[in-house]
Amino acid sequence: MTNHDETRARLRQLLGPAGPEVSCETCFELLDQYVDLEAHGADADARLPGMRAHLEGCPACREDHDSLLSLVTADGDQSQS
Amino acid sequence: MGPAPEGSVRLQAPESDDWVTTLSGSGPMRDRAVTQLHELLLRGAYFELRRRRHTVDDVSRGELDDLALQATADAMVAILAKLHTFRGESRFTTWAYKFVLLEAGVKLRRRAWQGREVQLDEALWPALADTRPSAQQTLEEAELLAAIRAAVGSALSPHQREVFIALALNGVPIDVLADRLGTTRGALYKTLHDARRKLRRELATAGLTIGDDDTEATA
Repeated sequence: MTNHDETRARLRQLLGPAGPEVSCETCFELLDQYVDLEAHGADADARLPGMRAHLEGCPACREDHDSLLSLVTADGDQSQS
Repeated sequence: MGPAPEGSVRLQAPESDDWVTTLSGSGPMRDRAVTQLHELLLRGAYFELRRRRHTVDDVSRGELDDLALQATADAMVAILAKLHTFRGESRFTTWAYKFVLLEAGVKLRRRAWQGREVQLDEALWPALADTRPSAQQTLEEAELLAAIRAAVGSALSPHQREVFIALALNGVPIDVLADRLGTTRGALYKTLHDARRKLRRELATAGLTIGDDDTEATA
């Protein structure tokens, strides 16, 4: 990524997602469903619109999402081994 | 537990119903289920604390153990209180994990910011000026940045300005700011969202764009 790209990305980060997004409360409510869909290779964004945009705009919800996906994936790997 | 909405995918494992039934009951079976849930949550808490341990400089093993136990206990209370809201849209274990990951994450962020000052009025703007793109790009980005700075000063309410500066510019974790201001993550994000909408409108009025799809959003 060039400096220019990084600057644009930082500006986008400042201004948040352009499209519609869910609230933090709705994000938490749907997070388990969203992550299980992702873990099963389903199109989570099509089924739960507004989640991806929120995860891009809210670092705390994104951290919760990333951790849950990692944990569920680790559990899945363990049960297969 | 309510039915899944039409068109949703039923991903729950058969044992999800067993968890809810047993935890909703009483006697030795329920006690065993609570013990199993505690073990599951503790595993989730340690997973999160190990994953984010690098964000805290001077945390001892004993302190991490305390944070894990506190996160597990708080998640257990929340889960048992909300058991009736589990709709079976996910596996029960995924649903339960999200509570303990939230608790562990919030506790660790607050621990990382313990004793640190939260800047609400002095914005850390210079980071954007450190890049060296082409002259034309530099001009465009300098213009965008100047417009955002001006709009932060003129278009936002005092509360929106404080929240935007702390969260978007100064990198204060939203849970830490919520704790200091006596509010919630959701309320602060709504304020941040409204501030961002205002700033985007100000840029659009000035004929500026950051190059993404500038669709009007709702929270």
